[in-house]
Amino acid sequence: MANQQPTSGNPRVDIEYRRKKSAEEMRYQVITFALMIFLTLVSFVAVGYGEFSGWFIVPFILLLAVVQVIFQLYYFMHMSHKGHEAPQIFLYSGAFIGAATVLAFMTVIWW
Amino acid sequence: MSTYAQKKGFGATIWDYMTTVDHKKIAILYLIAGGIFFILGGLEAMFIRIQLAVPDNNFVSAGLYNEILTMHGTTMIFLAAMPLLFAFMNAIMPLQIGARDVAFPFLNSLGFWLFFFGGLFLNLSWFLGGAPDAGWTSYASLSLDSAGHGIDFYALGLQISGAGTLIGGINFLVTIINMRAPGMTYMRMPLFTWSTFVASALILFAFPPLTIGLFFMIFDRMFGSNFFDPAMGGNTVLWEHLFWIFGHPEVYILILPAFGIFSEIFATFSRKRLFGYSSMVFATVLIGFLGFMVWAHHMFTTGMGPIANAIFAVATMAIAVPTGIKIFNWLFTMWGGSIKFTTPMLWAVAFIPSFVAGGVTGVMLATAAADYQYHDSYFVVAHFHYVIVGGVVFALLAGTHFYWPKMFGTMLNEFLGKITFWLFLIGFHLTFFIQHFLGLMGMPRRIFTFLPDQGLETGNLISTVGAVLMAVAVIVLLINIVITSVKNERVGNDPWEDGRTLEWSIPSPPPFYNFKQLPLVRGLDAYWLEKVEGKKGMTPAEPLGDIHMPNNSILPVVMSLGLFIAAFGAMYRTEHAWGLPVLIGGMLITLLAMFARSVKDDHGFHIHKEDLENDDDKGGKA
Amino acid sequence: MQAEEKFTYETWPASPEKATLEAKNKFLGFWLFLGGETVLFASLFATYLALKDKVPNAEQALAKDLFELPLVFVMTMLLLTSSLTSVYAMYHMKNYDFKKMQLWLGITVLLGLSFLGFEIYEFNHYVHEFHHTFSSSAFGSAFYTLVGFHGAHVALGLLWITTLMVRNAKRGLSLYNAPKFYLASLYWHFIDVVWVFIFTVVYLMGMVG
Repeated sequence: MANQQPTSGNPRVDIEYRRKKSAEEMRYQVITFALMIFLTLVSFVAVGYGEFSGWFIVPFILLLAVVQVIFQLYYFMHMSHKGHEAPQIFLYSGAFIGAATVLAFMTVIWW
Repeated sequence: MSTYAQKKGFGATIWDYMTTVDHKKIAILYLIAGGIFFILGGLEAMFIRIQLAVPDNNFVSAGLYNEILTMHGTTMIFLAAMPLLFAFMNAIMPLQIGARDVAFPFLNSLGFWLFFFGGLFLNLSWFLGGAPDAGWTSYASLSLDSAGHGIDFYALGLQISGAGTLIGGINFLVTIINMRAPGMTYMRMPLFTWSTFVASALILFAFPPLTIGLFFMIFDRMFGSNFFDPAMGGNTVLWEHLFWIFGHPEVYILILPAFGIFSEIFATFSRKRLFGYSSMVFATVLIGFLGFMVWAHHMFTTGMGPIANAIFAVATMAIAVPTGIKIFNWLFTMWGGSIKFTTPMLWAVAFIPSFVAGGVTGVMLATAAADYQYHDSYFVVAHFHYVIVGGVVFALLAGTHFYWPKMFGTMLNEFLGKITFWLFLIGFHLTFFIQHFLGLMGMPRRIFTFLPDQGLETGNLISTVGAVLMAVAVIVLLINIVITSVKNERVGNDPWEDGRTLEWSIPSPPPFYNFKQLPLVRGLDAYWLEKVEGKKGMTPAEPLGDIHMPNNSILPVVMSLGLFIAAFGAMYRTEHAWGLPVLIGGMLITLLAMFARSVKDDHGFHIHKEDLENDDDKGGKA
Repeated sequence: MQAEEKFTYETWPASPEKATLEAKNKFLGFWLFLGGETVLFASLFATYLALKDKVPNAEQALAKDLFELPLVFVMTMLLLTSSLTSVYAMYHMKNYDFKKMQLWLGITVLLGLSFLGFEIYEFNHYVHEFHHTFSSSAFGSAFYTLVGFHGAHVALGLLWITTLMVRNAKRGLSLYNAPKFYLASLYWHFIDVVWVFIFTVVYLMGMVG
């Protein structure tokens, strides 16, 4: 394994494809970034506006945060790429256990 | 390798072990350090039993008793059971999957040294003003009021050794995912590897809450925060939750590898394929998952309310199902097998009824309403000793006998091994079985003495007699180890003659590169398959070539030492002027060592093909 | 050593962060570490939510008295932008363009530094204007621990990226250091992920009350 040479089948043919592919990916990432900024603006405005009730705002901005984080994970951190199966399993397991912790701390800590 | 090692002087050997990144040597370090802590924790247990042998005893004072009790639990869980399991994981798991080393040899060494310095720090408390005295659970309302530095030693020491465990867990996970030999699919992995995998995943997710809880404890006691102080708006129940979100998975981190060791032993000495392999894997994963959903069953009497209690009670009882699957699979593995009652097999057979007894009381305790009666009584003490001693310690002792030849190249004496077994088994049941009844008769947990004429004398005396038998059993084991090491009769690849998995296909102990050529795995019980077809060893999966190996390094020791020093600074910061500089200095040492590691390239070295060919008598064929 | 082998744009592999076994191990190990970090921060968030606005007396400042939207907004924009710049850096890393990668990493570091500057200003502001300190209440302890843990992650990330940049400034990209750059950028994105939850749960929800 240690001596494995990391070359793709035919680099010179690949190169055009790769260049196009990564340029395309970069475009997606810029779009993602624009969306993230937009979502952030929406949550700040929703809170800053001051007319909505907390019962609406809290779930709404939490939803926006989750969407934004998914963008971050799948585009910026490349979790949408192949070879991220194990990272996905472990990140979601962590998120699940974290969610259980948060739930417990908001319900059964005896206030 | 052994002839090579003997030529070196004592100092050189020490240096070799301090800088080693070889998983087999780190395993030996874990075995020695864990063994010493096991004996220390055992001594503490003896003091507890001597104090409780007769009513109104004054062998130790109440305060000292609290310290001994706390240190017994903390030492046994964090510094004995887990490191000893890590010893077997390190020694055996990479061999079982056909790897030349773990994924991160440097981090492997760092993990050990963090554990070692953390454990050392914790135990120095005995000489520096008193050990922690709030129980191994260290509930906040108790520990925040504890005078002296005992609890500080607890929080800082566990923080350091916990970081080591987390690193070890990640290392094992990556090793198992990335470093399996050709043909070693997930569903061909030996059960011990599977249980290492699941236990490591539990470590990854269970230790962060402990880290956070310990940070809060450190901040509250040493840096003026108010997490657990109700007068300042804090909440003492938070610690209980954080501790048990860690603490419950922790008991599965201990028991799953124990299950793994027993699965190997049952299959080996029944000379039969493990019954229901895939259901075993499934049950292991399911136990791992459910292990995270049940932590609050330790807190039924805290007052969480009937809904929470009901949910956690049902989830807890659900764990009995996958565990039951395992028990039946082991029984069916033995059924119709051609059983050899070697020492490891004796432990395995005795484990089943002992552990089931602990499981049954577990389901009793899981019944939230009934738990209000059992809570904080000796019934609980009996229960968890039945699962942890009857499960984990039995497995450790079985594993010691089973894997000793693979780790050291010589067999422990079977006769002495069986004496150890019988003494320990009888002593164990004498000690703990009666404690169920002591609990039901109303003897509370953690009391330092009891009054005469309350019907508790006989039970406690029997319990102490049992403890003495266990101590004698461990002494016999130590004698066995000394005799065996002095005789040093070398054994071949497969000393039990019934080895099924890859580790038995290579020499004992294996050469430092493990496999000269990586083996081709053709199914579950890879080595057994080849033997059945009449072959002598594994078929190689690659031509003989250069082997890449990592360099040794002293940096892990330096990094751990830095944290060890910093911990003293943090503890004495408020009372001594030198505290803060020492804290900062220690952290700097660690940071600089990390910086050095990052900046200095470490490409490792290659063992050349020609040298491997000359090494024929050692590497053997894959 | 093959790890020090020189490459050209044409021979540079498509996924340099996973090209060797060592790199694959690091890649996976780091993701697992991030899985553990998720639980670590979840515990901190859970504690913060449990102790939010829990103060010993009525004079102490609560979340809605403390936080101001403009400051948090600026900090959020800084960190989000730094996430994009580190994506640019990795884009150039994959294209074997070392200078541009260093440039974008440099911008990332500057953005991160200014974020830290604002955070220090913010903490200082709370301590002096509101007497809201680490020791003044359970709320204070939980707030400073959660946000401070994130801040410490930012500081460590800056140290890490800077070390990598300086160490490799004269050497250019290789299969030995490309995975290190990649992991540092993953870490940086994760810090941003945590911040998204911090600005939502701590600041915005704190303003809502």
